[in-house]
Amino acid sequence: MSLLTPELGLLFWMLLSFLIVFGVLAKFGFPVITGMVDKRRAQIEEGLAAAKEATERLQSVEQEAAHIIEEAQKRHAEIVAGAMADSHRIVDGARQKAEAEATAKVEAALSQIEIEKQKALGELRTEVAMLSVEVAEKVLREKMAHSEAQSSYIERLINEAESEQPKPNA
Amino acid sequence: MKAWLRHTALLVALLIGGGLLGSVYASKPQGEPAEPQEVAVDGPEVVSQEEAKLDVVGLIFEHIGDSYSWHITTINGHHIEIPLLCIVRSQEGRWYAFSSAKVAHGHTHEGFFINHEGEQWKGKLVAHNSEGELYRPLDLSITKNAAGVMFNSLVVIVIILGVAGWYRRRNYDHTAVPRGFVGAVEMLIVSLVDDVIKPSVGKDYKRYSPYLLTAFFFIFVSNLLGLVPIFPGGANVTGNIAITLVLALATMFAVNVFGNKEYWKEILWPDVPVWMKFPIPLMPVIEIFGIISKPFALTIRLFANIMAGHTVLIALTCLVFITVNMGATMNGVMTVFSVLLSVFMLVLELLVAYIQAYVFTMLSAVFIGLSRKEHHAAHKPTQQHK
Repeated sequence: MSLLTPELGLLFWMLLSFLIVFGVLAKFGFPVITGMVDKRRAQIEEGLAAAKEATERLQSVEQEAAHIIEEAQKRHAEIVAGAMADSHRIVDGARQKAEAEATAKVEAALSQIEIEKQKALGELRTEVAMLSVEVAEKVLREKMAHSEAQSSYIERLINEAESEQPKPNA
Repeated sequence: MKAWLRHTALLVALLIGGGLLGSVYASKPQGEPAEPQEVAVDGPEVVSQEEAKLDVVGLIFEHIGDSYSWHITTINGHHIEIPLLCIVRSQEGRWYAFSSAKVAHGHTHEGFFINHEGEQWKGKLVAHNSEGELYRPLDLSITKNAAGVMFNSLVVIVIILGVAGWYRRRNYDHTAVPRGFVGAVEMLIVSLVDDVIKPSVGKDYKRYSPYLLTAFFFIFVSNLLGLVPIFPGGANVTGNIAITLVLALATMFAVNVFGNKEYWKEILWPDVPVWMKFPIPLMPVIEIFGIISKPFALTIRLFANIMAGHTVLIALTCLVFITVNMGATMNGVMTVFSVLLSVFMLVLELLVAYIQAYVFTMLSAVFIGLSRKEHHAAHKPTQQHK
Protein backbone atom coordinates (compact mmCIF):
# COMPACT_ATOMS: atom_id res chain seq x y z
CA MET A 1 0.00 0.00 0.00
CA SER A 2 1.44 3.27 -1.01
CA LEU A 3 2.20 5.65 1.80
CA LEU A 4 1.59 8.93 0.07
CA THR A 5 -1.70 8.25 -1.68
CA PRO A 6 -4.68 8.62 0.59
CA GLU A 7 -7.16 5.75 0.38
CA LEU A 8 -10.71 6.72 -0.45
CA GLY A 9 -12.23 4.28 2.04
CA LEU A 10 -10.06 5.54 4.87
CA LEU A 11 -10.81 9.16 3.93
CA PHE A 12 -14.50 8.35 4.09
CA TRP A 13 -14.38 6.62 7.46
CA MET A 14 -12.06 9.24 8.91
CA LEU A 15 -14.31 12.06 7.74
CA LEU A 16 -17.37 10.32 9.13
CA SER A 17 -15.74 9.49 12.46
CA PHE A 18 -14.23 12.91 12.86
CA LEU A 19 -17.51 14.66 12.05
CA ILE A 20 -19.32 12.50 14.62
CA VAL A 21 -16.65 13.14 17.24
CA PHE A 22 -16.70 16.84 16.47
CA GLY A 23 -20.51 16.98 16.51
CA VAL A 24 -20.84 15.13 19.79
CA LEU A 25 -18.02 16.96 21.55
CA ALA A 26 -18.94 20.40 20.22
CA LYS A 27 -22.46 19.90 21.52
CA PHE A 28 -22.05 17.95 24.75
CA GLY A 29 -18.36 17.96 25.56
CA PHE A 30 -16.17 21.03 25.32
CA PRO A 31 -18.75 23.81 25.85
CA VAL A 32 -19.70 22.20 29.15
CA ILE A 33 -16.09 22.03 30.32
CA THR A 34 -15.02 25.47 29.10
CA GLY A 35 -18.28 26.93 30.41
CA MET A 36 -17.67 25.49 33.85
CA VAL A 37 -14.09 26.69 33.82
CA ASP A 38 -15.20 30.19 32.78
CA LYS A 39 -17.86 30.20 35.48
CA ARG A 40 -15.38 29.08 38.09
CA ARG A 41 -12.88 31.65 36.90
CA ALA A 42 -15.53 34.37 37.09
CA GLN A 43 -16.40 33.21 40.59
CA ILE A 44 -12.78 33.27 41.67
CA GLU A 45 -12.33 36.75 40.23
CA GLU A 46 -15.52 37.86 41.93
CA GLY A 47 -14.29 36.37 45.19
CA LEU A 48 -10.94 38.08 44.85
CA ALA A 49 -12.61 41.40 44.10
CA ALA A 50 -14.93 40.94 47.08
CA ALA A 51 -12.00 40.05 49.31
CA LYS A 52 -10.11 43.12 48.11
CA GLU A 53 -13.13 45.29 48.71
CA ALA A 54 -13.63 43.75 52.14
CA THR A 55 -9.99 44.38 53.01
CA GLU A 56 -10.28 47.95 51.86
CA ARG A 57 -13.47 48.41 53.83
CA LEU A 58 -11.88 46.80 56.84
CA GLN A 59 -8.95 49.16 56.53
CA SER A 60 -11.21 52.16 56.31
CA VAL A 61 -13.24 50.89 59.23
CA GLU A 62 -10.08 50.37 61.20
CA GLN A 63 -8.97 53.88 60.35
CA GLU A 64 -12.35 55.19 61.38
CA ALA A 65 -12.17 53.23 64.59
CA ALA A 66 -8.70 54.56 65.31
CA HIS A 67 -9.96 58.02 64.55
CA ILE A 68 -12.92 57.56 66.87
CA ILE A 69 -10.70 56.22 69.63
CA GLU A 70 -8.33 59.13 69.19
CA GLU A 71 -11.23 61.55 69.34
CA ALA A 72 -12.61 59.81 72.38
CA GLN A 73 -9.26 59.95 74.10
CA LYS A 74 -9.00 63.64 73.32
CA ARG A 75 -12.50 64.20 74.64
CA HIS A 76 -11.70 62.11 77.67
CA ALA A 77 -8.60 64.15 78.38
CA GLU A 78 -10.56 67.33 77.89
CA ILE A 79 -13.33 66.17 80.17
CA VAL A 80 -10.94 65.02 82.83
CA ALA A 81 -9.05 68.30 82.62
CA GLY A 82 -12.31 70.23 82.82
CA ALA A 83 -13.50 68.17 85.73
CA MET A 84 -10.22 68.69 87.53
CA ALA A 85 -10.42 72.42 86.94
CA ASP A 86 -14.04 72.43 88.06
CA SER A 87 -13.30 70.47 91.17
CA HIS A 88 -10.37 72.73 91.98
CA ARG A 89 -12.57 75.72 91.45
CA ILE A 90 -15.36 74.27 93.55
CA VAL A 91 -13.03 73.24 96.31
CA ASP A 92 -11.31 76.62 96.23
CA GLY A 93 -14.64 78.39 96.20
CA ALA A 94 -15.92 76.26 99.04
CA ARG A 95 -12.77 76.81 101.02
CA GLN A 96 -12.90 80.51 100.43
CA LYS A 97 -16.53 80.62 101.34
CA ALA A 98 -15.93 78.53 104.39
CA GLU A 99 -13.01 80.68 105.40
CA ALA A 100 -15.01 83.81 104.81
CA GLU A 101 -17.90 82.40 106.79
CA ALA A 102 -15.63 81.28 109.54
CA THR A 103 -13.97 84.68 109.68
CA ALA A 104 -17.35 86.36 109.67
CA LYS A 105 -18.58 84.10 112.45
CA VAL A 106 -15.43 84.64 114.51
CA GLU A 107 -15.68 88.37 113.99
CA ALA A 108 -19.33 88.35 114.92
CA ALA A 109 -18.55 86.26 117.96
CA LEU A 110 -15.71 88.59 118.89
CA SER A 111 -17.86 91.64 118.52
CA GLN A 112 -20.61 89.93 120.49
CA ILE A 113 -18.07 89.04 123.12
CA GLU A 114 -16.88 92.66 123.14
CA ILE A 115 -20.42 93.89 123.46
CA GLU A 116 -21.10 91.37 126.19
CA LYS A 117 -17.88 92.30 127.85
CA GLN A 118 -18.71 95.98 127.66
CA LYS A 119 -22.16 95.25 129.00
CA ALA A 120 -20.77 93.07 131.76
CA LEU A 121 -18.16 95.69 132.52
CA GLY A 122 -20.84 98.38 132.62
CA GLU A 123 -22.96 96.31 134.90
CA LEU A 124 -20.01 95.42 137.03
CA ARG A 125 -19.04 99.06 137.25
CA THR A 126 -22.53 100.09 138.20
CA GLU A 127 -22.63 97.28 140.75
CA VAL A 128 -19.22 98.25 142.08
CA ALA A 129 -20.24 101.88 142.14
CA MET A 130 -23.41 101.00 144.03
CA LEU A 131 -21.50 98.78 146.39
CA SER A 132 -18.81 101.32 146.98
CA VAL A 133 -21.44 103.98 147.50
CA GLU A 134 -23.18 101.72 150.01
CA VAL A 135 -19.90 100.87 151.64
CA ALA A 136 -18.88 104.48 151.60
CA GLU A 137 -22.21 105.42 153.12
CA LYS A 138 -21.72 102.84 155.86
CA VAL A 139 -18.10 103.87 156.41
CA LEU A 140 -19.00 107.48 156.32
CA ARG A 141 -21.84 106.94 158.74
CA GLU A 142 -19.43 105.18 160.97
CA LYS A 143 -16.61 107.64 160.58
CA MET A 144 -18.55 110.76 160.30
CA ALA A 145 -19.82 110.50 163.72
CA HIS A 146 -17.06 112.91 164.61
CA SER A 147 -16.87 116.24 162.94
CA GLU A 148 -13.17 116.05 163.10
CA ALA A 149 -13.00 112.94 161.41
CA GLN A 150 -15.44 114.26 158.98
CA SER A 151 -13.38 117.24 158.07
CA SER A 152 -10.12 115.22 157.86
CA TYR A 153 -11.80 112.78 155.65
CA ILE A 154 -13.06 115.44 153.44
CA GLU A 155 -9.62 116.75 153.32
CA ARG A 156 -8.18 113.56 152.34
CA LEU A 157 -10.82 113.03 149.78
CA ILE A 158 -10.05 116.27 148.24
CA ASN A 159 -6.37 115.43 148.16
CA GLU A 160 -7.05 112.20 146.61
CA ALA A 161 -9.24 113.81 144.10
CA GLU A 162 -6.60 116.26 143.34
CA SER A 163 -3.95 113.62 142.90
CA GLU A 164 -6.18 111.58 140.69
CA GLN A 165 -7.07 114.63 138.64
CA PRO A 166 -4.54 114.20 135.84
CA LYS A 167 -5.75 110.68 135.10
CA PRO A 168 -9.52 110.52 135.21
CA ASN A 169 -11.46 107.41 134.22
CA ALA A 170 -8.47 105.13 134.61
CA MET B 1 18.02 6.86 43.82
CA LYS B 2 19.67 3.62 44.90
CA ALA B 3 16.50 1.66 44.23
CA TRP B 4 16.35 3.19 40.79
CA LEU B 5 19.90 2.10 40.04
CA ARG B 6 19.22 -1.39 41.31
CA HIS B 7 16.14 -1.72 39.12
CA THR B 8 18.03 -0.54 36.08
CA ALA B 9 20.86 -2.97 36.76
CA LEU B 10 18.35 -5.80 37.14
CA LEU B 11 16.65 -4.85 33.90
CA VAL B 12 19.94 -4.78 32.02
CA ALA B 13 20.95 -8.16 33.47
CA LEU B 14 17.62 -9.67 32.47
CA LEU B 15 17.92 -8.26 28.99
CA ILE B 16 21.40 -9.65 28.51
CA GLY B 17 20.33 -13.03 29.86
CA GLY B 18 17.21 -13.04 27.76
CA GLY B 19 19.07 -12.01 24.66
CA LEU B 20 21.65 -14.76 25.08
CA LEU B 21 18.98 -17.36 25.74
CA GLY B 22 16.99 -16.19 22.76
CA SER B 23 19.91 -16.43 20.42
CA VAL B 24 20.85 -19.87 21.70
CA TYR B 25 17.32 -21.09 21.04
CA ALA B 26 17.24 -19.38 17.68
CA SER B 27 20.38 -21.19 16.56
CA LYS B 28 18.95 -24.57 17.52
CA PRO B 29 18.39 -27.03 14.70
CA GLN B 30 15.18 -26.79 12.71
CA GLY B 31 12.21 -28.87 13.67
CA GLU B 32 12.30 -27.77 17.29
CA PRO B 33 9.16 -26.00 18.41
CA ALA B 34 9.48 -22.27 18.54
CA GLU B 35 10.29 -21.03 21.96
CA PRO B 36 7.77 -18.90 23.82
CA GLN B 37 10.49 -16.37 24.60
CA GLU B 38 10.57 -15.28 21.00
CA VAL B 39 6.85 -14.84 20.91
CA ALA B 40 6.85 -12.84 24.07
CA VAL B 41 9.45 -10.34 22.89
CA ASP B 42 7.58 -9.06 19.90
CA GLY B 43 4.65 -10.98 18.51
CA PRO B 44 4.16 -9.78 14.95
CA GLU B 45 7.86 -9.64 14.21
CA VAL B 46 8.67 -13.21 15.23
CA VAL B 47 11.28 -14.74 13.02
CA SER B 48 9.97 -17.89 11.54
CA GLN B 49 12.87 -20.24 11.46
CA GLU B 50 12.28 -21.27 7.89
CA GLU B 51 13.13 -17.75 6.76
CA ALA B 52 16.82 -17.25 6.54
CA LYS B 53 16.50 -13.50 6.22
CA LEU B 54 14.10 -11.11 7.84
CA ASP B 55 12.27 -8.75 5.52
CA VAL B 56 12.60 -5.67 7.73
CA VAL B 57 11.37 -3.23 5.10
CA GLY B 58 8.33 -5.39 4.44
CA LEU B 59 7.69 -5.61 8.14
CA ILE B 60 7.88 -1.86 8.56
CA PHE B 61 5.62 -1.21 5.61
CA GLU B 62 3.18 -3.80 6.87
CA HIS B 63 2.93 -1.92 10.14
CA ILE B 64 2.78 1.65 8.95
CA GLY B 65 0.54 0.73 6.04
CA ASP B 66 -3.04 -0.38 6.17
CA SER B 67 -4.54 -3.86 6.02
CA TYR B 68 -7.92 -5.48 5.76
CA SER B 69 -7.58 -7.45 8.98
CA TRP B 70 -6.08 -6.53 12.33
CA HIS B 71 -3.07 -8.73 12.78
CA ILE B 72 -2.25 -9.29 16.44
CA THR B 73 0.46 -11.92 16.49
CA THR B 74 1.68 -15.09 14.92
CA ILE B 75 2.34 -18.16 17.03
CA ASN B 76 4.01 -21.17 15.42
CA GLY B 77 3.12 -19.89 12.00
CA HIS B 78 -0.51 -19.52 12.98
CA HIS B 79 -1.83 -15.99 12.49
CA ILE B 80 -3.99 -14.50 15.19
CA GLU B 81 -5.88 -11.65 13.67
CA ILE B 82 -9.18 -9.90 14.00
CA PRO B 83 -11.19 -10.00 10.79
CA LEU B 84 -12.68 -6.67 9.78
CA LEU B 85 -15.52 -5.70 7.50
CA CYS B 86 -14.86 -5.36 3.77
CA ILE B 87 -17.28 -3.11 1.92
CA VAL B 88 -16.80 -2.86 -1.84
CA ARG B 89 -18.80 -1.87 -4.89
CA SER B 90 -18.20 -3.77 -8.06
CA GLN B 91 -18.06 -2.14 -11.47
CA GLU B 92 -21.60 -3.33 -12.03
CA GLY B 93 -22.70 -1.12 -9.16
CA ARG B 94 -23.43 -3.87 -6.65
CA TRP B 95 -22.37 -3.49 -3.05
CA TYR B 96 -20.70 -6.34 -1.24
CA ALA B 97 -19.96 -6.63 2.47
CA PHE B 98 -18.01 -9.55 3.86
CA SER B 99 -15.52 -10.45 6.53
CA SER B 100 -11.88 -9.96 5.69
CA ALA B 101 -11.29 -13.56 6.80
CA LYS B 102 -12.93 -14.66 3.53
CA VAL B 103 -10.25 -13.02 1.42
CA ALA B 104 -7.34 -13.78 3.74
CA HIS B 105 -4.42 -15.93 2.62
CA GLY B 106 -5.17 -15.69 -1.10
CA HIS B 107 -8.83 -16.73 -0.93
CA THR B 108 -11.33 -15.25 -3.33
CA HIS B 109 -14.80 -14.17 -2.28
CA GLU B 110 -17.47 -13.12 -4.81
CA GLY B 111 -14.67 -12.49 -7.27
CA PHE B 112 -12.80 -10.17 -4.91
CA PHE B 113 -9.32 -10.99 -3.74
CA ILE B 114 -6.33 -9.19 -2.29
CA ASN B 115 -3.79 -8.44 -4.96
CA HIS B 116 -0.35 -9.77 -4.15
CA GLU B 117 1.20 -9.39 -7.59
CA GLY B 118 2.47 -6.37 -9.37
CA GLU B 119 3.11 -2.92 -8.03
CA GLN B 120 -0.31 -1.53 -8.87
CA TRP B 121 -2.96 -2.05 -6.17
CA LYS B 122 -0.64 -4.23 -4.16
CA GLY B 123 -2.36 -5.47 -1.02
CA LYS B 124 -5.69 -4.00 -2.10
CA LEU B 125 -8.97 -5.70 -2.87
CA VAL B 126 -9.31 -6.15 -6.60
CA ALA B 127 -11.57 -8.08 -8.97
CA HIS B 128 -11.78 -9.03 -12.62
CA ASN B 129 -14.41 -7.36 -14.75
CA SER B 130 -16.39 -9.00 -17.49
CA GLU B 131 -13.56 -8.51 -19.96
CA GLY B 132 -11.21 -10.25 -17.60
CA GLU B 133 -9.29 -7.09 -16.73
CA LEU B 134 -8.15 -6.43 -13.24
CA TYR B 135 -9.88 -3.41 -11.65
CA ARG B 136 -10.10 -1.76 -8.30
CA PRO B 137 -13.65 -1.60 -6.93
CA LEU B 138 -14.94 1.32 -4.91
CA ASP B 139 -13.53 0.29 -1.57
CA LEU B 140 -15.10 1.53 1.66
CA SER B 141 -13.76 -1.33 3.74
CA ILE B 142 -13.29 -0.82 7.43
CA THR B 143 -9.58 -1.45 7.36
CA LYS B 144 -7.25 -1.64 10.32
CA ASN B 145 -6.74 2.12 10.27
CA ALA B 146 -10.45 2.82 9.83
CA ALA B 147 -11.17 0.58 12.80
CA GLY B 148 -8.38 2.37 14.66
CA VAL B 149 -9.96 5.72 13.82
CA MET B 150 -13.29 4.51 15.16
CA PHE B 151 -11.77 3.12 18.32
CA ASN B 152 -9.78 6.31 18.91
CA SER B 153 -12.89 8.40 18.26
CA LEU B 154 -14.71 6.35 20.84
CA VAL B 155 -11.90 6.87 23.34
CA VAL B 156 -11.91 10.62 22.73
CA ILE B 157 -15.69 10.80 23.12
CA VAL B 158 -15.59 8.72 26.29
CA ILE B 159 -12.84 10.86 27.82
CA ILE B 160 -14.38 14.23 27.03
CA LEU B 161 -17.97 13.25 27.77
CA GLY B 162 -16.67 11.62 30.96
CA VAL B 163 -15.15 14.92 32.01
CA ALA B 164 -18.29 16.82 31.01
CA GLY B 165 -20.35 14.22 32.88
CA TRP B 166 -18.31 14.86 35.99
CA TYR B 167 -19.81 18.37 36.03
CA ARG B 168 -23.26 17.11 35.10
CA ARG B 169 -23.22 14.76 38.09
CA ARG B 170 -22.49 17.79 40.27
CA ASN B 171 -25.39 19.72 38.74
CA TYR B 172 -23.02 22.19 37.07
CA ASP B 173 -21.87 23.44 40.43
CA HIS B 174 -18.98 25.65 39.46
CA THR B 175 -17.51 25.58 42.94
CA ALA B 176 -16.65 21.89 42.47
CA VAL B 177 -12.99 21.50 41.51
CA PRO B 178 -12.03 18.29 39.71
CA ARG B 179 -9.03 16.24 40.74
CA GLY B 180 -7.14 13.34 39.24
CA PHE B 181 -7.84 12.43 35.63
CA VAL B 182 -10.74 14.84 35.20
CA GLY B 183 -8.60 17.63 36.60
CA ALA B 184 -5.75 16.74 34.26
CA VAL B 185 -8.00 16.79 31.19
CA GLU B 186 -9.53 20.05 32.33
CA MET B 187 -6.08 21.52 32.85
CA LEU B 188 -5.09 20.44 29.34
CA ILE B 189 -8.21 22.04 27.88
CA VAL B 190 -7.71 25.24 29.85
CA SER B 191 -4.06 25.48 28.85
CA LEU B 192 -4.98 25.01 25.18
CA VAL B 193 -7.79 27.54 25.28
CA ASP B 194 -5.82 30.14 27.21
CA ASP B 195 -2.38 29.73 25.72
CA VAL B 196 -3.09 28.64 22.16
CA ILE B 197 -6.62 29.25 20.98
CA LYS B 198 -7.43 32.57 22.66
CA PRO B 199 -4.26 34.43 21.64
CA SER B 200 -4.14 32.91 18.15
CA VAL B 201 -7.77 33.13 17.05
CA GLY B 202 -8.69 36.43 18.62
CA LYS B 203 -11.94 37.70 19.96
CA ASP B 204 -14.41 35.10 18.68
CA TYR B 205 -12.26 32.18 19.78
CA LYS B 206 -15.21 30.49 21.49
CA ARG B 207 -16.71 29.64 18.13
CA TYR B 208 -13.61 27.75 17.05
CA SER B 209 -12.41 26.22 20.30
CA PRO B 210 -14.63 23.08 20.04
CA TYR B 211 -13.15 22.24 16.63
CA LEU B 212 -9.58 22.97 17.69
CA LEU B 213 -9.95 21.01 20.92
CA THR B 214 -11.53 18.09 19.07
CA ALA B 215 -8.63 18.07 16.62
CA PHE B 216 -6.12 18.24 19.46
CA PHE B 217 -7.65 15.42 21.45
CA PHE B 218 -8.20 13.25 18.40
CA ILE B 219 -4.58 13.64 17.33
CA PHE B 220 -3.19 13.33 20.85
CA VAL B 221 -5.18 10.20 21.71
CA SER B 222 -4.41 8.65 18.31
CA ASN B 223 -0.71 9.39 18.72
CA LEU B 224 -0.66 7.85 22.18
CA LEU B 225 -2.71 4.79 21.22
CA GLY B 226 -0.45 4.34 18.22
CA LEU B 227 2.41 3.81 20.66
CA VAL B 228 0.59 1.02 22.50
CA PRO B 229 1.96 -2.10 20.82
CA ILE B 230 -1.00 -4.43 21.43
CA PHE B 231 -4.59 -4.43 20.19
CA PRO B 232 -6.59 -2.13 20.15
CA GLY B 233 -3.68 0.29 20.03
CA GLY B 234 -0.85 0.16 17.60
CA ALA B 235 -2.73 1.22 14.51
CA ASN B 236 -0.69 3.81 12.67
CA VAL B 237 -3.62 6.21 12.54
CA THR B 238 -2.03 9.65 12.61
CA GLY B 239 0.87 8.32 10.56
CA ASN B 240 -1.51 7.75 7.67
CA ILE B 241 -1.82 10.49 5.12
CA ALA B 242 -5.57 10.03 4.62
CA ILE B 243 -6.25 10.78 8.27
CA THR B 244 -4.00 13.84 8.45
CA LEU B 245 -5.44 15.02 5.13
CA VAL B 246 -8.97 15.00 6.53
CA LEU B 247 -7.82 16.91 9.61
CA ALA B 248 -5.97 19.47 7.51
CA LEU B 249 -8.95 19.85 5.16
CA ALA B 250 -11.16 20.46 8.18
CA THR B 251 -8.85 23.32 9.19
CA MET B 252 -8.81 24.60 5.62
CA PHE B 253 -12.60 24.51 5.64
CA ALA B 254 -12.75 26.44 8.91
CA VAL B 255 -10.27 29.01 7.59
CA ASN B 256 -11.77 29.66 4.18
CA VAL B 257 -15.48 29.26 4.80
CA PHE B 258 -15.56 31.53 7.83
CA GLY B 259 -12.84 33.89 6.61
CA ASN B 260 -13.96 37.51 6.71
CA LYS B 261 -13.75 40.26 4.13
CA GLU B 262 -10.34 41.41 5.35
CA TYR B 263 -8.96 37.89 4.78
CA TRP B 264 -10.19 37.67 1.20
CA LYS B 265 -9.00 41.18 0.49
CA GLU B 266 -5.51 40.19 1.68
CA ILE B 267 -5.55 37.31 -0.76
CA LEU B 268 -7.12 38.91 -3.82
CA TRP B 269 -5.96 42.51 -3.42
CA PRO B 270 -3.12 42.60 -0.89
CA ASP B 271 -1.36 45.78 0.30
CA VAL B 272 1.41 45.73 -2.26
CA PRO B 273 2.33 48.04 -5.16
CA VAL B 274 -0.27 47.85 -7.90
CA TRP B 275 2.13 46.40 -10.49
CA MET B 276 2.46 43.28 -8.33
CA LYS B 277 -1.23 42.50 -8.60
CA PHE B 278 -2.24 44.06 -11.93
CA PRO B 279 -2.22 43.20 -14.82
CA ILE B 280 -0.33 40.02 -13.82
CA PRO B 281 -1.84 38.90 -10.48
CA LEU B 282 1.51 37.92 -8.98
CA MET B 283 0.66 38.31 -5.31
CA PRO B 284 -2.89 36.91 -5.56
CA VAL B 285 -1.49 33.78 -7.19
CA ILE B 286 1.04 33.39 -4.38
CA GLU B 287 -1.63 33.98 -1.78
CA ILE B 288 -3.98 31.49 -3.41
CA PHE B 289 -1.16 28.99 -3.49
CA GLY B 290 -0.86 29.66 0.26
CA ILE B 291 -4.44 28.52 0.75
CA ILE B 292 -3.42 25.12 -0.59
CA SER B 293 0.05 24.93 0.89
CA LYS B 294 -1.13 25.53 4.46
CA PRO B 295 -3.25 22.36 4.74
CA PHE B 296 -0.62 20.51 2.73
CA ALA B 297 2.00 21.45 5.31
CA LEU B 298 -0.32 20.41 8.13
CA THR B 299 -0.97 17.07 6.43
CA ILE B 300 2.65 16.23 5.76
CA ARG B 301 4.01 17.46 9.10
CA LEU B 302 1.79 15.26 11.24
CA PHE B 303 1.91 12.27 8.90
CA ALA B 304 5.68 12.33 8.48
CA ASN B 305 6.44 12.83 12.16
CA ILE B 306 4.29 9.98 13.39
CA MET B 307 5.19 7.65 10.56
CA ALA B 308 8.88 8.27 11.11
CA GLY B 309 8.51 7.56 14.82
CA HIS B 310 6.78 4.24 14.14
CA THR B 311 9.36 3.32 11.54
CA VAL B 312 12.28 3.98 13.87
CA LEU B 313 10.61 2.05 16.69
CA ILE B 314 10.03 -1.01 14.53
CA ALA B 315 13.50 -0.84 13.05
CA LEU B 316 15.00 -0.73 16.54
CA THR B 317 12.89 -3.69 17.63
CA CYS B 318 13.96 -5.60 14.52
CA LEU B 319 17.61 -5.19 15.56
CA VAL B 320 17.04 -8.16 17.86
CA PHE B 321 15.96 -10.39 14.99
CA ILE B 322 18.39 -9.10 12.42
CA THR B 323 21.35 -9.93 14.64
CA VAL B 324 20.17 -13.45 15.50
CA ASN B 325 22.54 -15.00 12.98
CA MET B 326 25.53 -13.01 14.20
CA GLY B 327 26.14 -15.20 17.21
CA ALA B 328 25.00 -15.24 20.80
CA THR B 329 27.25 -12.46 22.11
CA MET B 330 26.46 -10.03 19.35
CA ASN B 331 22.77 -10.83 19.55
CA GLY B 332 22.76 -10.40 23.33
CA VAL B 333 24.49 -7.05 23.16
CA MET B 334 22.22 -5.87 20.37
CA THR B 335 19.15 -6.98 22.34
CA VAL B 336 20.14 -4.79 25.24
CA PHE B 337 20.93 -1.99 22.84
CA SER B 338 17.63 -2.45 21.03
CA VAL B 339 15.47 -2.43 24.13
CA LEU B 340 17.25 0.56 25.67
CA LEU B 341 16.94 2.50 22.43
CA SER B 342 13.31 1.45 22.07
CA VAL B 343 12.56 2.72 25.56
CA PHE B 344 14.29 5.98 24.73
CA MET B 345 12.39 6.28 21.46
CA LEU B 346 9.07 5.49 23.13
CA VAL B 347 9.64 8.23 25.68
CA LEU B 348 10.62 10.58 22.89
CA GLU B 349 7.52 9.57 20.95
CA LEU B 350 5.37 10.41 23.98
CA LEU B 351 6.78 13.91 23.74
CA VAL B 352 6.28 13.95 19.98
CA ALA B 353 2.69 12.75 20.43
CA TYR B 354 1.94 15.83 22.49
CA ILE B 355 4.05 18.24 20.46
CA GLN B 356 2.53 17.24 17.13
CA ALA B 357 -1.02 17.48 18.45
CA TYR B 358 -0.12 20.84 19.95
CA VAL B 359 1.54 22.09 16.77
CA PHE B 360 -1.40 21.04 14.62
CA THR B 361 -3.82 22.81 16.97
CA MET B 362 -1.65 25.89 17.23
CA LEU B 363 -1.14 26.23 13.48
CA SER B 364 -4.84 25.67 12.85
CA ALA B 365 -5.61 28.35 15.41
CA VAL B 366 -3.11 30.73 13.82
CA PHE B 367 -4.54 30.13 10.33
CA ILE B 368 -8.05 30.69 11.64
CA GLY B 369 -6.87 33.79 13.44
CA LEU B 370 -5.42 35.12 10.19
CA SER B 371 -8.76 34.59 8.50
CA ARG B 372 -10.52 36.60 11.23
CA LYS B 373 -8.17 39.56 11.25
CA GLU B 374 -9.70 42.99 11.48
CA HIS B 375 -8.40 46.48 10.65
CA HIS B 376 -5.09 45.06 9.64
CA ALA B 377 -4.07 48.18 7.74
CA ALA B 378 -5.14 50.49 10.57
CA HIS B 379 -3.16 48.72 13.26
CA LYS B 380 0.20 47.99 11.77
CA PRO B 381 1.47 51.53 11.03
CA THR B 382 0.80 52.68 14.58
CA GLN B 383 2.73 49.73 15.94
CA GLN B 384 5.62 50.44 13.63
CA HIS B 385 5.75 54.09 14.60
CA LYS B 386 6.07 53.09 18.20
